[in-house]
Amino acid sequence: MAEVTVRKLNKKFDLTHVVKDVDLQIHDKEFVVFVGPSGCGKTTTLRMIAGLEAVTSGEILIDNTIVNEVPPMDRDIAMVFQNYALYPHMSVAGNMAFGLKMRKFEKAEIEKRIKRAADILGIGELLHRKPRQLSGGQRQRVALGRAIVRDPKVFLFDEPLSNLDAKLRVQMRVELKKLHERLAVTSIYVTHDQVEAMTLGDRVVVMKDGWVQQVGEPLELYNTPANRFVAGFIGSPAMNFADVTLSGGDGKLWAEAPGLKIGLPAPIAQRVNGRNGAKATMGIRPEDLHIAGPADPGELCFDVEVEVVEQLGSEILLDTRAGNSTFVASVEPTLRTKVHDRLKLAINPNRLHLFDAQTEAVI
Amino acid sequence: MIEGALWRKWVFYNIPLILFVFVLLFPFYWMIITTFRPDGELYKPWNATSYQPFWTNNPTLEHIKYLFEETSFARWMFNTMFIALASTLISLFCGVLAGYALARLNFPWAGSLGTVIFVTYLVPQTLLFIPLAQIIRNFELGDTPWSLILTYPTFLIPFCTWLMMGYFKAIPKELEECARIDGASRWKAMIYIIIPVAVPGILSSGIIAFTLSWNEFIYALVFLSSPDQKTVPVGVTSELIRGDVFFWGPLMAGALLGSIPVAIVYSFFVEHYVSGLTGSVKG
Amino acid sequence: MAVTAVAGAEARPIPRPRRLEDERWLALALLMPTAILLGLFIAYPFFEGVLLSLTSQRVGVPGEFVGLKNFVKIWNDSIFRTTVWNTFWYTGVTTVFKLALGLWLAMLLNRHFKGKALVRAFILLPFIIPTVLSTFAWKWMFDPTFSVINWTLYQLGFITQRINWLGDPDLAMTSIIIVNIWRGVPFFAISLLAGLQTISPELNEAAAIDGARPWNRFWYVTWPLLLPVTMVVMLFSVIQTFADFQLVYVMTGGGPANATHLFATYAYQLGIGTGLLSEGAAISLAMFPFLFIIVVVQLLYIRRVETR
Ligand SMILES: Nc1ncnc2c1ncn2[C@@H]1O[C@H](COP(=O)(O)OP(=O)(O)OP(=O)(O)O)[C@@H](O)[C@H]1O
Ligand SMILES: [Mg+2]
Repeated sequence: MAEVTVRKLNKKFDLTHVVKDVDLQIHDKEFVVFVGPSGCGKTTTLRMIAGLEAVTSGEILIDNTIVNEVPPMDRDIAMVFQNYALYPHMSVAGNMAFGLKMRKFEKAEIEKRIKRAADILGIGELLHRKPRQLSGGQRQRVALGRAIVRDPKVFLFDEPLSNLDAKLRVQMRVELKKLHERLAVTSIYVTHDQVEAMTLGDRVVVMKDGWVQQVGEPLELYNTPANRFVAGFIGSPAMNFADVTLSGGDGKLWAEAPGLKIGLPAPIAQRVNGRNGAKATMGIRPEDLHIAGPADPGELCFDVEVEVVEQLGSEILLDTRAGNSTFVASVEPTLRTKVHDRLKLAINPNRLHLFDAQTEAVI
Repeated sequence: MIEGALWRKWVFYNIPLILFVFVLLFPFYWMIITTFRPDGELYKPWNATSYQPFWTNNPTLEHIKYLFEETSFARWMFNTMFIALASTLISLFCGVLAGYALARLNFPWAGSLGTVIFVTYLVPQTLLFIPLAQIIRNFELGDTPWSLILTYPTFLIPFCTWLMMGYFKAIPKELEECARIDGASRWKAMIYIIIPVAVPGILSSGIIAFTLSWNEFIYALVFLSSPDQKTVPVGVTSELIRGDVFFWGPLMAGALLGSIPVAIVYSFFVEHYVSGLTGSVKG
Repeated sequence: MAVTAVAGAEARPIPRPRRLEDERWLALALLMPTAILLGLFIAYPFFEGVLLSLTSQRVGVPGEFVGLKNFVKIWNDSIFRTTVWNTFWYTGVTTVFKLALGLWLAMLLNRHFKGKALVRAFILLPFIIPTVLSTFAWKWMFDPTFSVINWTLYQLGFITQRINWLGDPDLAMTSIIIVNIWRGVPFFAISLLAGLQTISPELNEAAAIDGARPWNRFWYVTWPLLLPVTMVVMLFSVIQTFADFQLVYVMTGGGPANATHLFATYAYQLGIGTGLLSEGAAISLAMFPFLFIIVVVQLLYIRRVETR
């Protein structure tokens, strides 16, 4: 039941400027994920929304009310921390009750809520234990439970899964997703794991060096990245990039690099028109490369030498080289090939990306 | 690590350790034996023959009786206990709050104030006792327990603050942030979350502060004058010595009994005491 | 059934002290009791002490401003000079011994053996028990006629003359030094033991595998890692010893013939004993520059050791 709006948000620690002009409109019941490399300012932004960090300039609105000066206790939010921050001297039930007691809820109501949250999370048997008697996964659930019982306007998560082992992480990710569907509370989730971001987020905010790079639905980011950074950050294995020179001729535009000459498809060519001779970065995802067949036109193919073969079972990743550019290609698991083999790869032309060499923005 | 042959273990480890323990504990043994030895056996010159100083076959309680009947020893014990408890509580109160502020709040000059506390921690009582005696007199606190209850915190507070800062710094800041998001004000987050988590530190500071105030001497010596107001160390010093005559039996009995409360507190909380002591030198 | 359904139960509004939500105001409030007590009973007396030392006040005589006359007077006082010398000697000798013996004891304790916890607990007793009380036990052991130490030495055939522990000026100082070492060693030992325990045994084992002899292992591995703790322990010990009062007061009262005075005992004797308040205050305050230099030097050194 709450929208969160962020306007021209800035944060400076002394002289270092860590959050720069962030603008965001988070809708009611939406699950928004902040993702970006370490130190890009995700946590800082989240903490400003929580009220734990003072805002240097800009505005934060929850439910259309400016909350810049509202202390965290009055913002009616709940937060799950990376290290869980369970109160070590209180039992699990005590941990969950604390927020409600602070808000002077009736005892019966508190118990009702704890029971309900415990049922949802399956931690009914743990209610009387102390945090130190719990496993990592259980602590995680308690931390979630503590947020759920509050029934807040907004949930904030700061890398809540990063202290779990890989398997548990995947499991909890699914549960979080289900939980959000069930509770339908506006949620902001910080992670540096793009898979988490893609799978959890209704929308994803990609940040770098304090700037927001792009905001969009996961597939939007995947299909139409706004710049080279987003293109490289979203998707696994990462997008291939090659430095190319644009050249015109024969009524067509070409992207050229040593050992490489690709004919640009018409829509891109139109956008690039008039940039003859300019430098650019060409991007193509591994899954948009395949072994060239007879149907592929020659202008979309190029020759490569295989350098590494990574057998993943469901697919094969080929690390290949063409001139001084390298390409990773995801190919059928049935392909038989070995190091130093020479192959011809073909590009899916609709999925070719071209970025300005200077600004790195998409062309 | 491998220590080698048995004899080496004895020569290099066990025997030196036994010697250390012997020397460190002998004075207490001597205190005890003197307390229970009758006067007739006590005053035998150093070169007396047929004299067995380390044991007595005629234990007596006469010295302890003297202590309670001829002097205000019970009163001194009570005074010391009251003063030590009161000043410890005051110091804990101030030290915990100040330690919390210095360790966990961001405010201008937090760092310099921390240094100021550390420096006051190093100010010895003997630097200020003369002007302080005048101030105590001006405040008309002379010869009352309040003269000590209010001045002991001057060395206890810096100590408690310093020790508590160490404990508070070790508590993750998320704990408190989570409480504040959960709806607690800063004040409540401190009271309900941080202070309960720091209880071991509070215990350590309290115990050490208690032993320090029990041990304090010069303020008590200077600020108190009437026999009924004195603390154990001062009472023993001033009331059991007449001119050049030392009443060694009662003196040792007083020393022994005066040490017992501290020893009891210590024995219950050895681990807290040690962790506090070593925490205070980590800085 | 979503949890959101329970939103019907609204929390009652609570009046909140906003001002304390600001860290600066909260800090101010939390520091206030400490500031008041320390201001009233440390800063103010310090200030008063300085003023007092510049007057000619005695008990019953208000006195007047005399400038630095008191300081000139004590500087020309031969007892004061002895006092200064005594204090440095006392501090220096005891610190060296406390460090050496404390380190040795810490190493002896830094092993696994039966009853270790008990031994450690007992060893701290000299440090816990009120100094005045335990010093009386020593005074009794050093008694000119009834000394048990003399008795033992005599029985063992080491002496034929009694040793006048506290009656002879040089010996009196030595006796006091012995008691101070006795009282201080446990503190050094337990603190250094804690320091030793933070040094991972793997470091020593690695050095042993590299072929280092025990002495080298100590000198190149253990000691450098122990240095920061050692310096802090020394800082506390040096200051406490330099400003010591109780021990000398009980053992000799500064005698015989004013030979064993420290700053504090001499200040007490003049200021409280004789009633020359301003002179006593001057002697006390004379400690300040020395203490200040010691603290500054040690803190600088500690900082250097720690940042290394
Ligand atoms: N209290 C602070 N004082 C000074 N600088 C800070 C402070 N907190 C964070 N920073 C700096 O701000 C930048 C952004 O930090 P932030 O914690 O927001 O990064 P993050 O995106 O959450 O990274 P991570 O994925 O590692 O958690 C970092 O360079 C960090 O060093
Ligand atoms: Mg972070």
